[in-house]
Amino acid sequence: MKDVIIIGSGVIGSGIARELSRYSADIVVLEKGDDVSVGTSKANSGIVHAGFDAVPGSNKAKYNVAGNKMFDELSKTLDFPFRRNGSMVLCFDSADIGALQQLYDKGVANGVEKLSVITGEEARKIEPHLSDKVVACLLAETGGIVSPYELNIAYAENAAVNGVKFEFCKKVTNVSKKDGTFEVTCADGSVYHGRTVINCAGVHADEINNMVCPEKMHIVARKGDYILMDKTAGYLADHTLFQLPTKMGKGVLVTPTTHGNILIGPTAVDVEDKDNVSTSLEQLNIVFDKASLTVPELSRRTIITQFSGLRAHEDCDDFIIGESSVEGFYNVAGIESPGLSASPAIATEIAGQVATKLQLKLNSHFTETRKGIPHFATMSNTERQKLIDSNPLYGKIVCRCEMVTEGEIVSAIRRPVGAKDLDGIKRRTRAGMGRCQAGFCTARVMQILARELGEDMADVTKCGGESFIVEGRTK
Amino acid sequence: MIAKNLVIVGGGPAGLAAAKSAYDCGERDILILERESELGGILNQCIHNGFGLHTFKEELTGPEYAARYIDEVKKRNIEYKLSSTVIDISSDKVVTYVNSTDGLVQVKAKAVVLACGCRERPRGAINIAGMRGAGVFSAGTAQKLVNIEGYLPGKEVVILGSGDIGLIMARRMTFEGAKVKAVVELMPYSSGLNRNIVQCLNDFDIPLMFSHTVIDIKGKDRVEGVVIAEVDDKLRPMPETAQFIKCDTLLLSVGLLPENELAKNASVALSPVTGGAEVDDTMMTNVEGIFQCGNVLHVHDLVDFVSQESENAGACAVKYINEGAEKCEQVTIKCTKGVRYCVPHKLNCDDNFQSLNFKMRVGNVYKKVELTVTADGVKVYGKKRPVVTPGEMENITLNSQQIEQLKKAKEIVISLEGGQQ
Ligand SMILES: Cc1cc2nc3c(=O)[nH]c(=O)nc-3n(C[C@H](O)[C@H](O)[C@H](O)COP(=O)(O)OP(=O)(O)OC[C@H]3O[C@@H](n4cnc5c(N)ncnc54)[C@H](O)[C@@H]3O)c2cc1C
Ligand SMILES: Cc1cc2nc3c(=O)[nH]c(=O)nc-3n(C[C@H](O)[C@H](O)[C@H](O)COP(=O)(O)OP(=O)(O)OC[C@H]3O[C@@H](n4cnc5c(N)ncnc54)[C@H](O)[C@@H]3O)c2cc1C
Repeated sequence: MKDVIIIGSGVIGSGIARELSRYSADIVVLEKGDDVSVGTSKANSGIVHAGFDAVPGSNKAKYNVAGNKMFDELSKTLDFPFRRNGSMVLCFDSADIGALQQLYDKGVANGVEKLSVITGEEARKIEPHLSDKVVACLLAETGGIVSPYELNIAYAENAAVNGVKFEFCKKVTNVSKKDGTFEVTCADGSVYHGRTVINCAGVHADEINNMVCPEKMHIVARKGDYILMDKTAGYLADHTLFQLPTKMGKGVLVTPTTHGNILIGPTAVDVEDKDNVSTSLEQLNIVFDKASLTVPELSRRTIITQFSGLRAHEDCDDFIIGESSVEGFYNVAGIESPGLSASPAIATEIAGQVATKLQLKLNSHFTETRKGIPHFATMSNTERQKLIDSNPLYGKIVCRCEMVTEGEIVSAIRRPVGAKDLDGIKRRTRAGMGRCQAGFCTARVMQILARELGEDMADVTKCGGESFIVEGRTK
Repeated sequence: MIAKNLVIVGGGPAGLAAAKSAYDCGERDILILERESELGGILNQCIHNGFGLHTFKEELTGPEYAARYIDEVKKRNIEYKLSSTVIDISSDKVVTYVNSTDGLVQVKAKAVVLACGCRERPRGAINIAGMRGAGVFSAGTAQKLVNIEGYLPGKEVVILGSGDIGLIMARRMTFEGAKVKAVVELMPYSSGLNRNIVQCLNDFDIPLMFSHTVIDIKGKDRVEGVVIAEVDDKLRPMPETAQFIKCDTLLLSVGLLPENELAKNASVALSPVTGGAEVDDTMMTNVEGIFQCGNVLHVHDLVDFVSQESENAGACAVKYINEGAEKCEQVTIKCTKGVRYCVPHKLNCDDNFQSLNFKMRVGNVYKKVELTVTADGVKVYGKKRPVVTPGEMENITLNSQQIEQLKKAKEIVISLEGGQQ
């Protein structure tokens, strides 16, 4: 019998797992994918929102503002990339300045600090590549950027070190409650029993809820397409640049990533298939055209890849957080944006609720900090030399664009909740994330995965399931 | 920090030829740095025939051609380091490399030859929308998987782009039992060599569809098909012509890009047309003592010309080490009327070459033209060509008399005269 069964290992499920691992408890995370961070948490804008956007009094506002404040310390404790670069909301038409002021007022009501409205000219002083059509902007100095999958992986690794079990390829197909305990059934036939269940299934959280709760939920998957640009375009923006929503629509953002690329997007289209993250040419063109209004110098020549993510939009338009009407069944659902930003605060809240309910004791062996994989590319030459001395595999460069060594790749595989496929390696080390998009390192990374996991190269996948890279041996 | 007279980055055909010729010009303090575990560069995965017709007057495979140059390097006892990646070059020629045995090493060089080759343009760079799972490869990656690792990427293949690697992979995949359903080319002509179209597609009845492109990729975990469409004269896909082709693999052969991140760190000025450095007739870049040759300078279709160009670079690097840079006037070579670029980009007025080789590419297919070189409006050289195409590099050699005329000019222009598109 488990104390806690968590369904889903995105930032929400993993974050809660990590906070709960502060207590002595038997905790399992069930994830349908073959890795953590395979849902929405891997494909989003990566913004730690300041919190001026959410409706005052909503869960979104409350947890966003609280979560935002936790990032400086958390990013050091768990060693993931985060930077407080500040956000700007751009106004292109003096007729809309009133709306900008309203946004400011909303921010103040939500308790957001360091907000100011500045002129277009002042904005261009801070961001010289900004369009001259910008007439004013809301500056939010507390806005930040995070590497979302590295945040997710950091939560999960630290949870695992503190005793949480992560079980993969476990697609939950039924949840029921009998005699005070929960029975959770997976597609592969396995069954788990638990005292409590926490539903963190992202776009599928409504399905999980509707299996046990009389109060039904309805989540729409709202797709957003993105374009990622080379680091050579990185000089074009330092702040996260939003467009003020107008009658013309919701605009797209231009932001640096924590690794120095430029990301533009997203669009918003409701889709039927909740697992379909294919991009569409039409949407990608919209992204580029709209982003060019913010930074006219953007060039298609620097595009390196495209992707899309699915927002879990619940009909009530707010986060649903807490115990449901079924005792011991917790929902953390409808976690669309600003879910990343809110995740530390949500995790603390839910872990606290569950610990109280189960009367959990603190885990005296809890290890608070986690050290990430060393990143050769960002080290000084002296540090690099030391690293190679300690392990010669750090002297073998596998990914040339991002300068990733074999040592890092092996570490990514061997760590707790280690990588099992190319995408897992990519998110943990950046191998394959650069401008050649894995053209160069694919074969090499496949070899290392096969060697470390004791499998044949033909068994290696891109992202689990049927995503095999090769068909089999040649004749 | 250690010191070397000449450091060569890259042990492919360009680096090997540069090393050999530098040695033959008297230089003994040479170091070749190669990141792979073998010398030979991209040739190691090109196991097909067709290399070396110009140089050796016989048809060799890629590895055979490479082996000839590797032998020359070994015979001369030129020092080389394998599995050693250069991670930085500064403009004062400090080359930083890493490997597992030496760790991180900095080498102060008198001259550097950059011979790091090129990479393939990936899917993202050409903005193909659709699924994001497995089954989309650049053709060179697929070539490496098949020829070096011994694995077949898929069974039913569509190839986008008719570059040489794509054409060669069409044949290779067919040999391995895969069905290549189509080669789809955006332009109304191929960017590959004509002989490859004949030998790799026509001989196997593989359709080549000009003025078509892939507009969507279907599937979930792995590719299940692609949607292709014809494009109009502005290269915009026409949705009404869309058709679905079932396949499990999409190979991309949509262009090669010189690998110039290191050069950028060293403040080497790059040409927006070739993506390689702008060099003078000694193959020197704007940074004194840094030279370029091979695919890092501009993408070649025949390795013979890589070797030839690189021998020149090696020899000139030695001259620079011994005598320093020439401080003289330079004339820039202008390309117009259908000629996209020419290497070298400029001439040094004090150089004394007996003959000089100019390599160039045109921007479209032209018939019955004359490739013309003029000095201040006066024709110095002309070569009649029945047809020129973007896929085949044009190569002309001028004699010492013609070079003299050019060096006196204020403006040198290379153009295509007469003819039709
Ligand atoms: C386009 C876009 C932009 C965004 N930008 C931002 C931003 O800039 N800042 C910000 O703060 N937030 C942003 N968000 C929101 C943020 O990404 C999400 O709130 C957050 O990632 C949600 O995390 P999650 O753990 O709830 O969901 P997910 O990461 O989707 O995790 C859910 C997990 O549950 C698993 N699962 C589902 N069903 C089952 C089942 N039956 N059995 C087992 N496992 C199951 C899935 O495989 C998945 O791994 C954005 C979202 C989108 C789509
Ligand atoms: C698939 C394909 C098919 C071809 N077919 C033919 C044909 O049929 N006939 C023909 O004549 N020609 C053909 N060619 C053309 C010819 O082979 C190439 O133009 C030639 O190999 C280019 O030589 P190179 O030395 O410039 O580049 P490469 O062969 O790419 O060599 C560059 C070397 O530099 C190394 N390197 C790069 N960066 C670093 C670094 N930072 N540190 C250390 N080392 C580094 C690389 O590992 C590589 O070994 C073909 C080319 C390709 C790609």
